[in-house]
This record gives sequence, structure tokens and C-alpha cells, in this order.
Amino acid sequence: MSFHRIILTVNGSTEQVDVPGNMTLLQMLREKLALTGTKNGCAAGECGACTVLMNGEPVNSCMVLAAECNGADIITIEGLARDGQLDVIQKTIIEQGGVQCGFCTPGMLISARALLNRNPHPKEEEIREALVGNLCRCTGYNRIVSAVKAAAEVQ
Amino acid sequence: MTIAPTKDKATTNIGVSKPRVDVREKVTGAAIFTDDVQFGAGLLHARAKRSPYAHALIKRIDISKAKALPGVKVVVTGEDFPNRTGLYLRDRFIFARDRVRFVGEAVAGVAAVSEEIADKAVDLIEVEYEPLPGVHDPVYGASSEAPLVHPDLGSYEWPNFIFPVPGTNISNHFKVRKGDVDSVWEKCAAVVEYTFRVPHVQHVPIEPHVAIAKVDDEGNVTLWASSQSPFAQRNLIAKSLDIPESKIRVIAPLIGGGFGCKAGVTMEAIPVAIALKAKGHPVKFRLTREEEFYTNFVRQGLVAQIKVGCDKDGNLLGLQNTMYWDGGGYTDYGVNITRAGGYSGSGPFDCPNVKVDSLCVYTNHPVGGAYRGFGMSEVHTGIVQAMDMLAEKIGMDRVEFLKKNVVQEGDKILTGMTMHKTGIKECIDKAAQAINWGVKEPNSAPNKLRGKGIAVMWKAPAMPPNAGSSALIKLNEDASVTVMIGGQEIGQGTFTAMAQIAAEALGVPFESVKVKGPIDTQYSPYEWQTVASRLTWSMGNAVRNAALDARRRILDMVAEAWGENVEDLDIKDGYVISYKTEESISLKNIVVYGIPKPNDEGWIGGPVVGSGNFMPTYVTGLDKETGQGERAVVHYTTGAQAVDLEVDLDTGQITILKAVSAFDVGKAINPDLVRAQIEGGFVQGMSSAIFEEMKLVNGHMQNPSFVDYRIATSADVPEKIEAIIVEAPQDDGPFGARGIGEHPMVPTIAALANAIYNATGVRVPHPPLSAEKIYLAMLDAGIVK
Ligand code: FES
Ligand code: FES
Repeated sequence: MSFHRIILTVNGSTEQVDVPGNMTLLQMLREKLALTGTKNGCAAGECGACTVLMNGEPVNSCMVLAAECNGADIITIEGLARDGQLDVIQKTIIEQGGVQCGFCTPGMLISARALLNRNPHPKEEEIREALVGNLCRCTGYNRIVSAVKAAAEVQ
Repeated sequence: MTIAPTKDKATTNIGVSKPRVDVREKVTGAAIFTDDVQFGAGLLHARAKRSPYAHALIKRIDISKAKALPGVKVVVTGEDFPNRTGLYLRDRFIFARDRVRFVGEAVAGVAAVSEEIADKAVDLIEVEYEPLPGVHDPVYGASSEAPLVHPDLGSYEWPNFIFPVPGTNISNHFKVRKGDVDSVWEKCAAVVEYTFRVPHVQHVPIEPHVAIAKVDDEGNVTLWASSQSPFAQRNLIAKSLDIPESKIRVIAPLIGGGFGCKAGVTMEAIPVAIALKAKGHPVKFRLTREEEFYTNFVRQGLVAQIKVGCDKDGNLLGLQNTMYWDGGGYTDYGVNITRAGGYSGSGPFDCPNVKVDSLCVYTNHPVGGAYRGFGMSEVHTGIVQAMDMLAEKIGMDRVEFLKKNVVQEGDKILTGMTMHKTGIKECIDKAAQAINWGVKEPNSAPNKLRGKGIAVMWKAPAMPPNAGSSALIKLNEDASVTVMIGGQEIGQGTFTAMAQIAAEALGVPFESVKVKGPIDTQYSPYEWQTVASRLTWSMGNAVRNAALDARRRILDMVAEAWGENVEDLDIKDGYVISYKTEESISLKNIVVYGIPKPNDEGWIGGPVVGSGNFMPTYVTGLDKETGQGERAVVHYTTGAQAVDLEVDLDTGQITILKAVSAFDVGKAINPDLVRAQIEGGFVQGMSSAIFEEMKLVNGHMQNPSFVDYRIATSADVPEKIEAIIVEAPQDDGPFGARGIGEHPMVPTIAALANAIYNATGVRVPHPPLSAEKIYLAMLDAGIVK
């Protein structure tokens, strides 16, 4: 199997990784960098549990080949808080009670952060639309939507 | 710090919405789920060879090519594991032997150094089958024409509350006979008779099943599993592999959603079986999303033939419910679902004459297992719609009709048990009021029809009569408290509720109490299973008892040191106080090191550990022929759900304007977590009502992906979802609490179907209530052209 040497930034630190050609970004994060906060819910681009920011854009990391990430800037759930300070969306999802089992939460928070980055004051519909690719079986979504609204207000 | 020495018992921990104890780790990605546990380079990857046939004899399995593939460490088949297993009815093997009974059944297992090689090895296994005619409908399956799925049923083992009928496909026939139904129909002023069909649906936790097993050279087995039942799994795997329980340790990290599918044993025995042949290597088995859809526990399909009748004033006189459960190829868990569906088969209605037949039928479909309130969504879909039809027929307002007929304290329910105190009428009133019941409101557009619907429910924890809980409480030098339990945090918030109960019973601040996983059968105290909405009540009692035990030990120590009576002492906010002398002492240090006697004369006390347990001792059996008994279940949680919606005449699409749920939880330990359960449960119920169906064609699932099996997304959910808490205390619940985890999705299908009928005048009785079905029904009825 062919290996590729890639250099990329993950949560602000530079990493050099040798990856097989068929390895996904999700596998690389979880298996090579031990960043297990990013979850695998389907490995088919259908659930959003694996969402990370790639060069500022939310992507399903199970659908991106690691070999294509040379030079990329990746932010995972582990990189959302800075110096122990939670991101505002992490705080508001706690306050609004938008976490139950927590398996969708990392992907959900990354999608929410991406939305707030490109649209600091989203309307309710825009929030629901932005989170459509992130499935949650526990919460019923409304508390997560409220958390994004609350984050938009304080940020 | 001084504590006011008053005996006021104002609580600061119960009925208070404390923050979840597990939330920070979940928002930072630090929370460890089973798939996140690291095993290093020795890890092997397991895959299963699965049956492409719904029903077939296995003529030959050739594993030689798979074994020869470089990188393959183990290949096993049913030949290697001859014991049957199963939670209630022991009817299945770890790998099929001789015969396969559903598409996706595991016939062989492989472990290799990588997933790719394991997949290749699976492809190299050759299996020769002789296809058999299949059973794909439970009514047909129960008939004498159907081929037998388990010809040897009579030789299986089952507990005394399950009633299989050997020589048929019926693996449990549960009956209720109360009064005389057959002669009552002619006395009725109105009778409704209807057959309802509920399709198979899937649980769809976002975390797929995953389990890792490791066996050391002394034969000690460790299993890490995403599990609702670490103790039940230890027990079942021990039996099926002839290993003593003492040699099996199950470690269960946080669960990424289960809803029942991670209870009992399904895929978890496979990595254990393989690891026995690869000692020293951890063996990881993780289901793909596709496998998650069709190879594991599903919610059984149901065909319910219902007949209900009432007198001219709307008093129920007769209720008959014949249920054919599509149990699938194995019904080890399904038999108890059928039983629960049977003893609650009247719904929450008081009726003098009841006849229920609840039949668990073997079919060649995926295996039925527990799904959130098992049996109850299915039962209520039919019975509550039938009541809606009956109310209309007799010309009564639905709310009035429901209130006239729901069970009340003191009623003899269908099994002869006397109903306890319940807030169901208050739930009906509050839910109805919240959607302005009885007020006709305008449509938002000319092409919309608006309607309202209401549904009631009840559900008892469905479990063996003696399902038990236990807890340990340990105090630390800094006066912090560690609560050890065997019940699992599955998202419902049980770790938080247990911390609140412990804090309250012990008299310490909530913040000082720690409840954390993983659950580990080697160190955690026993818990039957995290199912049945039983933890708050059952484990809550055990935790409270453990806290009271620790409290007694602390007070005994301080009473001796101070020369006082225990009755004059109390623990508040982490201090022992005396009401008599107004003295106080912090728990710090004394709960570990004890208290010195004066003048260096020695010490009193020692490290404080409290223990407690709880097990219901009063549940009786039910007669095989009549289903009658003193007390069939521990209690019923009841509730009501009401929806206000619009139907689009052009598309058949529904828009839910408002959905309100009211449940009697006895006492909400943490109101916000209760509301979160109710809201999330409503959405799961709504999703199953509108979108979900496993499309099975001759036993093959046609839609095993998120694209083809749609679940509700953020865009599908109504903005207005309201949760109302009603509290009629449970006499043996901790602080009066009873469970609420499963109930919120139980009445939802019926509530929506009733509202759609109210809007359009057309009944779409069988879920999913898809836009297409609604539109076609309106077309049929001439409402749209
Ligand atoms: S795991 Fe990537 S979308 Fe589901
Ligand atoms: S919190 Fe469980 S899937 Fe979203």
C-alpha cells in the first residue's frame, strides 16, 4: 500500500503524518493523532458525527481522504475550547440542555461554530438548515437550536 | 462556617435542575465512548459472514481459503459454539448452526490484523445453502399452514412466565381474560372494530454497536462494550460459552444512544467467541451503519385486531385486542415484549370486560428487541386510535371520553391489579388546555386543513419480577462523595439524578458528589439492566439506601465522640450538626480517619462506606389462561400528548404547529432533565410516526442507510414542543419518583393520526403517516382531486 507523508495543522499545532492512500481524515484523526472526540456514526457522509473544520469549512471527515489534507488547517472538537475556556457555543449548549448521550455533540458543535463564523446572527430557519446534516437521536434538536441562538446573542 | 441548627427539611437537591455531571466532557470531545478506548498494536479486527437468505438450511461451510489468507488470525463458525443463548427464551446461537432464519444472521466470524483483510476473508468463506420457504407475515406465521421457523421450539429453555406453543411458530401466547367480552357486544351502543398495522422500525443510535473482547492466558475474559446491560451480558455470555461469571468482566463506557438496542446480547458475544481463539489479542467488532440497520435488534412489527364498545353514555363495556407480533428469526427478547404488550394491552383504560391475546410469532425477519417503551408505542397506536373512533361514533368530545374511561386509583385493571394513584386526568387536562382544545382555529392558508388530536398512554417497567439494583457510597478525605452504581448513563442523565439523590439523602452539597463511568462488572455494584425506565426509581432507591447507610455510620461515630444521641444530630451541607448543643463538625477527614478520643485515648470510626440495594418483592405471577394476578407490575407511569397541526392539501405534508406532552413522573428529581426526555422522546416518536419504516421484501431490508431510512432532522422538528410535569408521588419511589425515559414516544403515533383525522376527516391508521399516504387517502376520500 502506498503511504503519503502529509504536513497539516490540527487545532493549531503542526503535525507530520504518514497515511495510507485509502485512509480518511476521520481515521487519521482518531487512529493516528488519538483525537477521538470526532465520532464515526456511519462512515458514509450521512450523519455528521465526524464533522470538523477544514480550512474554516465544515466537512464530513469520513468523506475526505487524509492524503488530500496536506497543508490543510483542521479544527476538531478538541480545538474548540481555548486554554480551558469553552467556546461560547459550548457554554450555551450546556445552559440550554442540548446534550444527552453526547455522541452527536462534537459534530453538532463544529457545524454550529461554522455557521456562526460565516453568519454571526443566523435566523431560526438558517440554524435549522445548517444543522440538517447532523443527526441527533436524543435531544429532538430544539435545545441545540436555542443554544446557537443564545450563542449568536452573546458573541 | 456555621450551620443554622434548625430541623427544617427544605431540600436543595430534589426537584432542582442541576447541571448534568457528564456535560463538560461531552462538549469538549473528552468523553470516552467504547470506540475511543485505545488497544495498541495487538488489536485484531473482527467481521461477520452473514446470511443472504431469510430462511435456509446450511449445507456446508468451507473456511479453508479464508484461513489461508495472510493476516487472518481466527475463523470460527457455529460448529465451534454449540450452546444456545437468550435473555428470556434460549433460542439462538452465537453463529447460526444448520439453519439461518433471517437475512444478516451471522454464520461465521473472522479476526484479522486489519479490517480490509477481515473483509476479504469474509468474502473467501464459502457457504452452501438450501433455501426454505419463509414466513414474512405474523398472522400467516401463526397459522397452521406456515412452515416452522423453529421446529425444535419444544426443547428450548424458558422461564415460567413465557408460554410457547411447540409445534407452531408461536413462541409466547400471553392471554388476559377479564369479565365476559363475548357477550358484551350486543349491550353496546357503539362498537368499533379495526385492524392496525405497525411496521418494523430501527433504533438508530448515532453510535453504532461496538465491542472489544480480550482473553488472557488464564481464560479471563474482558469485554468492553457499548452496553445497557453489562451484568446481563456477563451472565448470558457466561452461559453461552460455558465460562463462569467470575471469569468475565464487562466494562461499559458511555453510550452514544441505545434506546433498548444495546440491552441483552446481540453482537457482543461474537468478539468474545473469536477472542477465545486468539488469546492475548484484543478483538474489536464494530457494526457498519448498514449492519446496524438490519442485523441487530429491531422494533418488531405488529398486527393488532382491535374491537372496543361502549354504552350510550360513552362508558367502555368491552375491549378485545388480538396482537400478532412479528418477532423475527429469534425471539429471545421478543417474548417478553409480547408479554408486556399483553398485560398492558388495554391501554390506560378502565373496562369491565377485556380479552387480550398477545402472540409472539417467529418469522424470517430481523430479530425483535427492546425499543424505548417496548411494545407500548405499537399497542397504543391501535388502541388509542380505536378509542378516538369510538368517541366519535358515540358522539362525545374526545377529551371528555378519555377522562371518563381512563384508569383511576382503585380501579381493577385488566390483570386484576389495583391501580395506584395516578395523575392521568390532570395530564389530559393540561395537554388539552395547552393546545386550546375545543377551540376551532383558522388555517394559515386556504390550501391547509387544521386539526387537533390527543392520545393517552400508560407503561409499566417491563422486567422480571425481581430485577434488582445496588449501590455503594464512598466518602473521601476532602468530604467528597463517590457514588458507585451499575446503571448506565445513556444520555438520560441518570448519573446526575443519582448524584442529586445521594446528596439529598446524605446531607452534602451536590457539587461534592461524583458519579462516573465506566460501569465495570468487576467493581460496580450489581444492576439488572439499564432498561424499562427503571433506574430513577429502582437504582434511585438503592442509592438513597446507600446514602442513608453512610449517614448512619457517620452519625454513630459523631454521637459517640460527642456523647450525644443520634436523634439529635443531622448532616447538612457537609457538616454534622447537633440540634441540642449547636456544635458542628465538617465531614472532612473524619469520614476517613475517624475522630480522636480525648486525652489520646484512641480513635472512633474509620473510612465510611455505605451500601444499599433495592428489589421489588411484591410482584406476583399471572395465570397462564386468564392473565390474572395480584400485582403484575411495579407501577404504571401515565401521560397524555396533544398536537395541533395542519395538513397541506397539495402535498399531504403535515406541519405540527404545537405539540404538548404531560406525564406523571411521581416526582421530578431534575425537572429540566425530565423535560429534555419528554421533548426528545416526542421527536423520536414523531420521527417514527411520519418517516420510519424498515422496508422488508421477502426478509430483505431495502433501505439500510440514513439516506433511505430517514429520521427526523433539525428542519423537521416543530418549534413549539412543550413538556408538562405532573407529580402524583410513587409510594415506593425515591422522593416519590418514577421513570419517564421511554414514555414520551409511546402515544405519539396515535396523537398524530387522531389530529390528521380531525383535520381532514380521513384516517390514515398505519404508520408511517407519510405525506404520500395522507395525500392518497385524501384523494380516495374525494377531499382533493
Ligand atoms: S461518520 Fe461521517 S457523516 Fe457519518
Ligand atoms: S445527544 Fe445523543 S445523538 Fe445527539
